[in-house]
Amino acid sequence: MNSTEILELKKLACKARMGAIIGTYNAKSGHPGGSLSAADIFTYLYFKEMNADAKDPKNPDRDRFVLSKGHGCPSLYATLALKGYFPFEELENLRHVGAMLQGHPDMKGTPGIDMSSGSLGQGVSAACGMAAAGKLDGRDYRVYTVLGDGECEEGQVWEAAMFASHYKLDNLCVIVDNNGLQIDGKVEDVAGLCNLKEKFEAFGFGAIEIDGHDFEDIEKAMNAARECKGKPFAVIAKTVKGKGVSFMENQVGWHGVAPNDEQYKQAMAELEQQLKETEEA
Amino acid sequence: MAEVINKATRESFGMALCELAKTNKDIVALDADLSGSTKTAMFQKAFPERFFNCGIAEGNMISTAAGLAACGKIPFAASFAMFATGRAYEQIRNSVAYPHLNVKIAGSHAGISVGEDGATHQCCEDIALMKTLPGMTIINPADHWEMMAAVKAAVEYNGPVYLRLGRLAVDSFNDPDNYSFTLGKGITLHEGNDITVIATGIIVKDALEAVKELEAQGINARLINIHTIKPIDEDIIVKAAKETGRIVTVEEHNVVGGLGDSVCDVTARKCPVPVTKIGIQDQFGYSGPAKELLKLFGLSKENIAKVVSDIVKNN
Repeated sequence: MNSTEILELKKLACKARMGAIIGTYNAKSGHPGGSLSAADIFTYLYFKEMNADAKDPKNPDRDRFVLSKGHGCPSLYATLALKGYFPFEELENLRHVGAMLQGHPDMKGTPGIDMSSGSLGQGVSAACGMAAAGKLDGRDYRVYTVLGDGECEEGQVWEAAMFASHYKLDNLCVIVDNNGLQIDGKVEDVAGLCNLKEKFEAFGFGAIEIDGHDFEDIEKAMNAARECKGKPFAVIAKTVKGKGVSFMENQVGWHGVAPNDEQYKQAMAELEQQLKETEEA
Repeated sequence: MAEVINKATRESFGMALCELAKTNKDIVALDADLSGSTKTAMFQKAFPERFFNCGIAEGNMISTAAGLAACGKIPFAASFAMFATGRAYEQIRNSVAYPHLNVKIAGSHAGISVGEDGATHQCCEDIALMKTLPGMTIINPADHWEMMAAVKAAVEYNGPVYLRLGRLAVDSFNDPDNYSFTLGKGITLHEGNDITVIATGIIVKDALEAVKELEAQGINARLINIHTIKPIDEDIIVKAAKETGRIVTVEEHNVVGGLGDSVCDVTARKCPVPVTKIGIQDQFGYSGPAKELLKLFGLSKENIAKVVSDIVKNN
């Protein structure tokens, strides 16, 4: 990946973050913190990693993506819009009555969403089913899923991990958005997870720890995942909750609260500044 | 009269699944360490590459089935009714029912006829739980032939289905030469205009014997077999209510949330008549031989006949 490509990804991620702010602001609800932390990962997946075509969203050979931490969907929706699945303006209708963009991903109503999700722990299992189906059909698509670190407190995540490893789902890549915060506080204070990388390794995964905001690091992880044969792969992506908006960064309070008028203006101004700096770089 | 086959409906389920999977390559099966009991072991033996034992992890099994369905497979996810619909209720709701995915959930060892294992394993709430889910189809076959047809219908239907299987071997009463299964359509097994008995599942045969005995006593009871509890056949219920004026429902399930309540919902809206519900009277079961338990909970031809006869004689 050359520096031009990296700058392009940075711009797209910045726009995805803006989409998350626009969406949650207009909805007067939603989850900005975890949307901002995962925005770089979504951007890399859809613009660099995955075989995903907005013009052919049901292609059976496409790579699949499941947002197991479904509440992080505002920036995923923005990423899908940037990719061309639907107009970016849809973000303004997020969570409104009759809107295409639901509070949590709805595969029936939103082009590009491969699996409905939102109840924590279930998306990673569904991703296992998709990976298993790919193996059965002899298709070489890959399946990606993003989990929250708080989500890893759900027992089902580890049920799925056992399944993925038992059935040698090396076409599955699990990415943990490891921002360290959950609704009630720091993950380590609520119900500590100890070492997530070691946990996944103990469950039979290949695993790597990266900076989830560094595109070269993400690329390194995705390549390692592809090279990992005979077992699934886990990427523990260290991230900053609220990344990109100064007053939201590392703040537990921004898990599930929308910005007010003033906060919206400031957040957008900061992101526009970042976009400008990237464009000028 | 057709030959009587004494077989548990879970056994028939396993047979049907294997038969259908020979020609339909999309059928896959999942189990949660109960494949010998749910009879998906038969499928595993025939199609090992299409079978996924998920271990004792029902929640993951259901959501994994959803992922398989999202990629075009027709997954049958089997466990005991208690764990499939109880433990994994929320996975069924959010991973399967909400996106209306083509997952078939097979809940075996349903009702109190599990027997000796006792209350923890005797699921009398599965139908109630599944009924609350929008778009869920619920099938509760009564004998071998009905189960064979039901599994086929479940495969042909595109959408989530809950299929209820029994542990106890039961005699067949349907004649395969004259039997036809239509999803959502009740079957009148016995004509009569004094009263209507509406039954579901493995207890239908006892109800059939009961109405035959009542006929000998001069009571002409209509008997309807409701194999599809949702969507329920409203027409056959309304017609029975209009023509016979009173209904007795029979089910091996809690009378709260089961067939009886579905019948009452129809009659209350379309033709109010008195409905008496025979079933588990909002209580837990206990250990004992299945047949004894069924009798103790009033699920016997003798009790069905007595309840019906008392209603007819006292009104």
